[in-house]
Amino acid sequence: MIQVHQYEKWWIGLSIAVLAVISITVGVAGFMLGVQVPVPEALVNPNTVAQSGNFSNPGVRQLAPKKYEVYVRAEANPWKFRPDKIEIPVGSTVTFYVTSADVQHGFKLEGTNINVQVLPGQVSKMTATFNQPGTYDFVCTEYCGVGHQNMFGTLTVK
Amino acid sequence: MNAFAVEKKIAGWHVLVAILALVVGTLFGPLQGLEHMGINLYPALQSVGLQSYYQGLTLHGVLNALVWTTFFITGFLTLIVAKSLNRGLAFPKLSWAAFSVMVVGLLMAAVPLLLNLASVLYTMYPPLQAPWYYYLGLTLVVVGSWMSGWSMLTTWWAWRKDNKGATTPFLAFASLITMVLWQICTLGIASEILVLILPWSLGLVGGIDAQLSRTLFWFTGHPLVYFWLLPAYISWYGMMPKQAGGKLFSEQLARLAFWLFLLLSTPIGLHHQFVDPGLSAGWKYVHAVLTFAVFFPSLLTAFNVIASLENGGRARGGKGLLMWIRNLPWNEPSFTAQTLAMIIFAFGGIGGMVNASYDVNLVVHNTAWIPGHFHLTVGSGVTLTFIGVLYWLVPHLTGKKLWGAKAAIAQAWVWFVGMIIFSNGLHRLGLLDAPRRTMLGVANDNYGAADWLFPRLQVGIGGMILFVSVLLFVVVMLKTVLNKQTETVEMPVAEPLHQETIPAWLNNWQPWLVGTVVLILVAYGPILIQLISQIQFFSPGFVVWK
Repeated sequence: MIQVHQYEKWWIGLSIAVLAVISITVGVAGFMLGVQVPVPEALVNPNTVAQSGNFSNPGVRQLAPKKYEVYVRAEANPWKFRPDKIEIPVGSTVTFYVTSADVQHGFKLEGTNINVQVLPGQVSKMTATFNQPGTYDFVCTEYCGVGHQNMFGTLTVK
Repeated sequence: MNAFAVEKKIAGWHVLVAILALVVGTLFGPLQGLEHMGINLYPALQSVGLQSYYQGLTLHGVLNALVWTTFFITGFLTLIVAKSLNRGLAFPKLSWAAFSVMVVGLLMAAVPLLLNLASVLYTMYPPLQAPWYYYLGLTLVVVGSWMSGWSMLTTWWAWRKDNKGATTPFLAFASLITMVLWQICTLGIASEILVLILPWSLGLVGGIDAQLSRTLFWFTGHPLVYFWLLPAYISWYGMMPKQAGGKLFSEQLARLAFWLFLLLSTPIGLHHQFVDPGLSAGWKYVHAVLTFAVFFPSLLTAFNVIASLENGGRARGGKGLLMWIRNLPWNEPSFTAQTLAMIIFAFGGIGGMVNASYDVNLVVHNTAWIPGHFHLTVGSGVTLTFIGVLYWLVPHLTGKKLWGAKAAIAQAWVWFVGMIIFSNGLHRLGLLDAPRRTMLGVANDNYGAADWLFPRLQVGIGGMILFVSVLLFVVVMLKTVLNKQTETVEMPVAEPLHQETIPAWLNNWQPWLVGTVVLILVAYGPILIQLISQIQFFSPGFVVWK
């Protein structure tokens, strides 16, 4: 057996306890309280998303009162989210579907937990509810070429 | 004949390339920092062939995160394996071949980087597409580092034949674990390049699967940081107690920490992919929990290394609960640089807990917080430690006396201050939603807020201070190599505080290797099967940086 100093035994106990508590806390937040990370939604062909399907005509669609979905297509060269202006009423729950027509992008919407990698071939889905009127920027968070820093859009809640 | 002359020569050449990579790579640091302040010098640099911020950023990342580290580590570990086992390398030609392969690979990758043909950043995410020889060059660097590891392993096997039943000395033991870990984890990036990227960049297949490529990249990408970190830990555990005038507090727990790193470094790569669309929440959470598990050997290290330093401080006459800290050899550059590296690294570790935290990570993922984090870890915990090691290693290799001890100590403190200012700025920008690896000076004209201005200034000023530190380092190194004064500097080797017998389970590779492979199969097997079963060869290559 190995010899461990008494203080070090306490340190080991404390370390394991802290790590276990954090692991459980983030798990509870994710799987029971709904602060969840993105999960697989659908596969698409990045070469045809601009021509057919929901992403060929991106934008806002109302599903029910206060319930919306938004399809967003991310593109490099020129660097743009399509659409880059979105408007919804206060109190709406919005589900975003984002995909890329070319390279990897990111989609982060300020003031929310919406933060997702956008990959060609994959659909990224995230939902948030907007109770505060105002404008929120969504920005590309993944390097996608020399115009990356110009790639953003605005969500207006009113 | 000078003892270990061949090994010293091998280590010396590796270290020379490493230092060149560090210095050239950090030249881009102030350019990036200034851009964040709103002063973009890149347009003025087009005449010397630098086309964009992102070309500079790619050079900075590849040279500092990959080249500086890999060359330093393979050279340093080759030397300490031989010296720790007290025998020459079994096949020194293998180490020379390894070095040659790495240099050829480096040159193959450097050409497209300098010509702005491969500005894909060091993560090289497909479908960004560089020329095929860029990827082949990087592969050769990795293959060379494998060969370097084989040279260490064969030397150890020869030693074991002559020392049946003996416990491997700590420095050799820990170095071998590092190289074996590297051998296992690089299978991810090797398969990404050889199976997916090379056929695609050569035009043999029309498309690539972005999600699968990323997943293979991060299979290697996280253990990569342990490949950087473990050599620093080797110095902290196995050398610094001696430099501090003390002994290693617990050699048994030091060995346990290294086994745990071998076991836990690889099956955690998904914490870099918490926000990926193509991976399930359950597997992301499994990797999150395993990531917390790999914090444990680092927490063991924190206790053990600080206790060892305390032992040194008290042996040097230190008294009181904390006053022993004053008795540590702060007038020794190697000690000071490494101790400051440790302090910065502790904060990097705490921030790393945030990154690992599954859903809390949503706040910081892909933001400026992340480069803020890894400049504390690889950019200081590792790099400043390696610089500290060089302050005894270069005199040891060259027989020259270290020039300007005071300048070297100043270098470490300037780095410490500069990094705190710089990294705090990036962390704050991340919390204000600023994306990582983005021209923030321009981005802030487009979006973001006025409260970005101050932390942007911090990044620029901190970056310039760090650059001053690098210049000091260059002067100390050059003056040392040219020094007329000679000095015999020995490799510091820490003794254990207690003569501990190492139990068999801490000296037996088999259970740990089996455990490592099983854990990788469990944590990655189902994910890779799922991704491969739905593989899409859709994405053609894109060049979007000209």
